[in-house]
Amino acid sequence: MTFPQPRPQAPQLPQHLLTTIDCQQGAVRAVRFNADGNYALSCGSDKSLKLWSVSRGTLLKTYSGHGYEVLDADGSYDNSQLCSCSSDKTVILWDVATGQVTRKLRGHAGKVNCVQFNEEATVILSGSIDGTVRCWDTRSRRFEPIQILDEARDGISSLKVVQHELLTGSVDGRVRRYDLRMGQLHVDFISSPITCVCFSQDGQCTLSSSLDSTVRLLDKSTGEMLGEYKGHKMKGYKLDCCLSSKDTHVLSCSEDGHVYCWDLVEGSLSLKLPVGKAVVQSLSFHPTETCLLTAMEGRVQLWGLEPEETVKTEEDTMAS
Amino acid sequence: MASDSDSDEDFVTYGTPLEPLEEDEPLKKPVPLHEQTVKDEKGRYQRFHGAFTGGFSAGYFNTVGTKEGWAPSTFVSSRQQKAEKQHVRPEDFMDDEDFSEHGIAPREITTSQEFSSGRKDAVREKARAVNAQAALIPGDTLLEELISPARLSIGVELLRKMGWKEGQGVGPRVKRKARRQQTKGSSRVHGVVLPPAGSEDSEQEEDDDDEEFAPENVTFAPKDVTPVDFNPKVGVQGLGYRGLDPGLALLGGGAAEHIDLFRPQSDTRSRLFGGAQRGSRRGGGVAGQAFGVGALEDDDDEEVYHRDSMSRYDTVLGGEEPGDGLYGWTAPQQYKKKAEKSKDASYLGKILEGFTLAQKPVRDKTIFPPPDLPRDYRPVHRFRPAVDVKSLSGVSPALAEALKTSRGHMVKEEPEQGGRHQLDSGQRRALLGEDTLQGPSSVMELLRPEDRERLKNLRNSSNVPATKAAPTPLSQDALKSAVTLAGSLAARAAGSADHGHDRGHDHGRQQEALAAWKGIQTTSQTFRPFEKNPSKQARYEMYLNRLKQGDKDALEQSLDSGVTEWERSRERDEFVRASILYRPSSSSLSSRFTRAKKEEDDNSVEVSRDEEGDVDDKQAAVNMKMFGKLTRETFEWYPDKLLCKRFNVPDPYPGCGIVGLPKVKRDKFSVFNFLTVTESREPPAPPKPPESGKRSRWDVSGQKAEEKKKEEDPLSELLSAARNQTETKPEKTLPASTSTNHQTPDSRTKEAKSADQEKGNKDDQEEEEVEEEENRPPMDLFKAIFAGSSDEKSSSSSEGESEDEEEEVGDIKKEEVQGEPQLINLFKVPSSSSSSSVTSSTTTPNTTSSRHTAVVSTQNSTQVEEEFGPKLPPPSAALSRGGATSIRSPAEEEKLSKRSKDKKHKNKKQHKHKKEKKKKKHKKHKHKGKQQKKSKKETSDSSSEEDSDGGEPEQVSTEELLKRLKSMKSHETW
Repeated sequence: MTFPQPRPQAPQLPQHLLTTIDCQQGAVRAVRFNADGNYALSCGSDKSLKLWSVSRGTLLKTYSGHGYEVLDADGSYDNSQLCSCSSDKTVILWDVATGQVTRKLRGHAGKVNCVQFNEEATVILSGSIDGTVRCWDTRSRRFEPIQILDEARDGISSLKVVQHELLTGSVDGRVRRYDLRMGQLHVDFISSPITCVCFSQDGQCTLSSSLDSTVRLLDKSTGEMLGEYKGHKMKGYKLDCCLSSKDTHVLSCSEDGHVYCWDLVEGSLSLKLPVGKAVVQSLSFHPTETCLLTAMEGRVQLWGLEPEETVKTEEDTMAS
Repeated sequence: MASDSDSDEDFVTYGTPLEPLEEDEPLKKPVPLHEQTVKDEKGRYQRFHGAFTGGFSAGYFNTVGTKEGWAPSTFVSSRQQKAEKQHVRPEDFMDDEDFSEHGIAPREITTSQEFSSGRKDAVREKARAVNAQAALIPGDTLLEELISPARLSIGVELLRKMGWKEGQGVGPRVKRKARRQQTKGSSRVHGVVLPPAGSEDSEQEEDDDDEEFAPENVTFAPKDVTPVDFNPKVGVQGLGYRGLDPGLALLGGGAAEHIDLFRPQSDTRSRLFGGAQRGSRRGGGVAGQAFGVGALEDDDDEEVYHRDSMSRYDTVLGGEEPGDGLYGWTAPQQYKKKAEKSKDASYLGKILEGFTLAQKPVRDKTIFPPPDLPRDYRPVHRFRPAVDVKSLSGVSPALAEALKTSRGHMVKEEPEQGGRHQLDSGQRRALLGEDTLQGPSSVMELLRPEDRERLKNLRNSSNVPATKAAPTPLSQDALKSAVTLAGSLAARAAGSADHGHDRGHDHGRQQEALAAWKGIQTTSQTFRPFEKNPSKQARYEMYLNRLKQGDKDALEQSLDSGVTEWERSRERDEFVRASILYRPSSSSLSSRFTRAKKEEDDNSVEVSRDEEGDVDDKQAAVNMKMFGKLTRETFEWYPDKLLCKRFNVPDPYPGCGIVGLPKVKRDKFSVFNFLTVTESREPPAPPKPPESGKRSRWDVSGQKAEEKKKEEDPLSELLSAARNQTETKPEKTLPASTSTNHQTPDSRTKEAKSADQEKGNKDDQEEEEVEEEENRPPMDLFKAIFAGSSDEKSSSSSEGESEDEEEEVGDIKKEEVQGEPQLINLFKVPSSSSSSSVTSSTTTPNTTSSRHTAVVSTQNSTQVEEEFGPKLPPPSAALSRGGATSIRSPAEEEKLSKRSKDKKHKNKKQHKHKKEKKKKKHKKHKHKGKQQKKSKKETSDSSSEEDSDGGEPEQVSTEELLKRLKSMKSHETW
C-alpha cells in the first residue's frame, strides 16, 4: 500500500500566522524554502530574487540580474548556490554569498516557468513556456544544455526532481515522469492544463494540480489515481500545490485567497486557511516541520502549527 | 697439447661470440619488436626526417635545448672579466652527424692536398696550363704561380725532373708532321668532337704558321692534350647532375663570375672542360640564393638577393630578336650578341662533361602555312543531293522555292538560336529544363473538342499548312506535286552509290538522336523546326515521341509512307538531323549540373517512433476518473550520457547513441503524422455542437475558428442562430461597436455581425450548460494556428470587453460603486511595469474616460503577447503602496474579493449564483479592461478593432445600455 500510515494524532496543520513579510519586490511569483528550511527565497516581479531568514523574517540578500520578473527559484542542497528563472528566458545560477551571477543560461525560447537543481546541484533543470525542459550542466563551462526534453506539446508549467526522476507538468494536460535510471518516460494524461506537480515525500506518489480546480494524487508506478481533492479554485492562474512534510496532507493555493488543506487519505478538507483576499500564488511547505510559506501579491506569510507567541519564544530559545 | 694451444692462437675469429650460457640463469627474453629501436651513439633515437642528407636531429627531440630545457647563455661582462667576442663557426651549429662520413661537412682523415692527385685538380691545372699558352700574354699564369704556393703534385714534379715542361705533352718527341697526325689520331681515337673554340682555332693556325719554318731535324714534344674525363657514371641522377658538393658548400665558391686578375679566361675555359668552378669567393658557409646571409657573416655589401635589372630584359619587340634566334625568349639571362655559333653555348648553359656542341646545325624543317579559308567557309559538310534545280527543264520558280525551303529549314533557323531574346518562352524554358506550365499551350486547346476535330478535318482534307502565311490551296497543291516531281528526279540523280554510305552514316546519327532523346519525359515544348509544314511537323513530333520512348526504328515508322522514296529519305535525313540539332537542351544543360547529394526539402520528417495513443480514449478515461492504464503511457527514453553521469545514475542504454525519444523517419506529408494531432484537437464527435466543450480563456481563438466554421456552414449557423434567438433574444440588438470584422449586410453575416458579442454570451450559456463537463479540447491546435497573430488577443479583448459591457450595465443599474478603477486585468498578468498603470488608475478614481494608455509601457504589451498557458495572478495594487499591506480599507477588501470573482468570470467558468455578487462592481472592470485593451492595441494589427475599442465606452448610448441590461436579465432568468 502506498498510502502513508494513518496518523496517530490529531492533524497538525500550519494554521497560525506567524510572520508577514512585505517583500517589496512587486508581486511575489514564488516563494521557496531552501533545502533545510531555514531560509526562504522569494521571486519578485520586479526582477529581483530575495533571500530571507524564515525565523526572523529579515532580508538577507537581494539578487538582481534578471531582465524580467523572476518566476521560480531553487537552492542547492549545500546552500551555496541558487538558481532562478525568469520571464526574460534565462536561467541564472547565483552564488549565494556574493550575490553574483555565476552563470546565465540562455536557450529557452520563452519565459522559463520553473527551475530546479538536481540532488547534487550538478544539473539545473528548467521548464519553459516553449515546451522544453533543458538540463544545464553546472559543472562544466558549457553554455548549451546537456539535453533538451522537448516531448511536451505545450509549455512546461512545473517540474520537480527527486533523485533520478524528473516530473514535469505541462499545459498540454500531461504529467511526464522521466526515469533516468530506467530510461523510461511515463506520461499520465490528466487532460486539463497542469499547473503544478509534486512528488510525495516517500517518492511513491505524484501530485498534480490542474486548471479544472482539481488536485490529483496519482500512484507513481501505475498512474492510478489515489485521491482527488476539490473545492478550491484554480481556473486560470498558475498556482502551486504541495504535500505536507509528512505526506499527511495535500495543500493547494486557490484563487479565492485561501490555502486549502485536505487530508491525504480521506480526501476531506481539513483546513481552509484564509490568507488574504487576492490569489494565493505560491506556497512552500517546510521540508521537515509543520510550517508553511505562502505568497500573495507582494507579501509572504509564514504559517505555523502553534500560535505566534509560542513559536516566537521557541525561536528565541533556539536562537539564543 | 702445446701445438693445440698454438693452433688456438692462430685462429682468426669473425663476428661477436655469443655469451656463454650459464645454467641457472633464466633465458633472456627476446626484445620485442616494438622495442627494437635504432639509436645513435649518444643514445638518441634515430629518426627519419629530412629529405636529403638523412635529416637533422637537432637538440632535444628536434627542439633547441636539452632534456633539461633550453637555457639561453647569459651575457656576463665585468671589468675584470671582459666578455669574449664569440666567434661562432658554422660547425658550432652542426650536429655530429654532419661531420660524419655522409654529413654535409665530413671530418675524417683523408689524403691531404699535398699527396692527393685528385683528378679534378689535375684537370684544372692542366687547363690552366693550356690556357697559359693560348693567352694573350704568354705565360700569363706565371704571375699566379709566383703568388700561389707551389703545390704541385708528385707526378708533376717527377715529370719535371724528367725534363717535362709546362705546356708540353707527355711522350717521346716527334716530328712536326707526325705530331699533327697524332693530334688527328687522338681525336679520332676519342671519338669526341672537340669544341671548335676560337682559341683552338688560333692554335691551329699557329701550328700552321709554325710548320712553315720548322726545320726537318727538329723534333717537338708532343702537343699537350687535355685528358678526357672518363668518370663512369655511377649514380642514378640525370646527366650533369652534381649534388651538393661539401667542399663547395663549406669553402665557398660556385659563385658568380668574377673578374679575376689571375685567370682571365680560365673560368670559361674550365667550364668548357667541365671542371668544377672554384670561385674566388671567400669561403665559409653554404652560399646561394636560398640560404641568404647569416647574421655572423661579416660583409654586408654582398648581394644577398638575386637582383634582377630591367636591362637584362628585352624591352623592344622585334628588332634584334631574329638574330639570336630566341624568338621572344626573355628569360633573365645574359645573352650577348655573338656572331659565332659556338658562342651559343654560353646561353645554353654549361655543357655537360663529355659533350660538345654539335657542329652540324640541325636542318630546319620547312613549315608550310595552312591554306587561307574562304570567308564564308563553314566547317560542316552537308551532303546535298546532286540536283541542279536550275538545270532541270520545266521547273517552275515555285518548285525551286519549295526545294529551297524544304532543305533550308534547319540551316536557316540555326543562327536564330543565338540571341536570348529571339527565343520564345517555351524555348527558354526548355533551355532551363523547366516543366511546362499548366494550362493550354495553344489556342487550339481552348477550343471545344468537336471544334478542334472539325478544324483538324478541314486541315487534313486540304493538307494545307494552317499558317497565316499559307498560300491558296490551289497553289499549295501545285507546289506539292512539284515537290514530288522534284523528289523523284532527285532520287534518280542521287544515285545509289553514295546512298549506302549515307545509310551507314544515317544509322549512326539515328543512334545519336535516340540517345539524346531517350528517356526524356519532359513535355516541355521543343523547338519546332517544321512549323511551316504542319503535317511534317506532326510526323516529326511523332518521331520524337517514339524516340523518347526509346523506339529504335522510330524513324521508319513515323515517316510519311505516301511520298516518294526520295522524299522519304530526305525527310528521314532531316528528322534525324533536326532531332540531334534540337535535342532537348535541358539534357545538355542538366548534364553540367550534378544532382544535390542531399535534398534540401526532404520529404521525410523525423517523428517520434512511439506515437501517443488515442487521446479520445484517454479523455474518456479521465472523465470517468479511471486513471491508470488507460491514461498512462510509457516510452523508451534515452537520457544523455552526461546527464546520467551528473545524476550519478548508470546509463540505462549504454553505448546507444540516441538521445531523447527514438525517432523514425516518416513521410513528411503523410496523413498519419497528423492524425494524432487532429484527433487530439478536434472534438471527438463531429455532430456535437462546438460549444459543448467547456471553455477557458484560451478557447477564444478556438471559438473564433468555430465561428468561422459556423459562417461557412449554413446549417450549423442556422442552428446556432436559432439557439441564440431562443436563449438570448437581445443579441441582435447588440451595439454596432462590437461588430468588427463582419460588416457585410448579408443576412448570414447579420448573425456573424454579432459574433463577438455572441461569443461572450455563449460562453456564459455554456458555462451554465456544461458546467461539470471537463472535456475541454486542448488548445494546442488553435494556438498553433493563431499564436503570434494579434487577432487572438484583439478578439479576446473585444470579447472581454463585451463581457464587461454586460457587466457594466448590470453594475450601473444595481449599484453605484465609487468608480474604483481597480479592475482586474482580465486576461493578462500585469507585470511590474503595468502595475504602475494600475496605480495610476487607483489614484485617479471616478475617471470614467480613463485613458491610461500613456502609462502602459511597451514592455507590458510585449509581455502580453507572450502569454500562454496558465497565467500568473496580478500583482496587487497594494504593492505600490508599500508596507502597509496588512491594513486595508474595507473598500479595498471588497475590491479584492470582487476581483477574485471577476477573474473567475473572466475564465468563463463562473456560476450563475455568483453573478449576482459579481455585479457589484463594474466600472472598475470597464476601466481596467479598457486599459488592457489599449495596451493590446499597440500590438494589434487590426485598426478596425482599435477603432471599435477605442470609441466604444463613450459611444454607448443609454438605449444600448438598456438593451444590454435586458440581455443580462434574460441571462439571469434563464
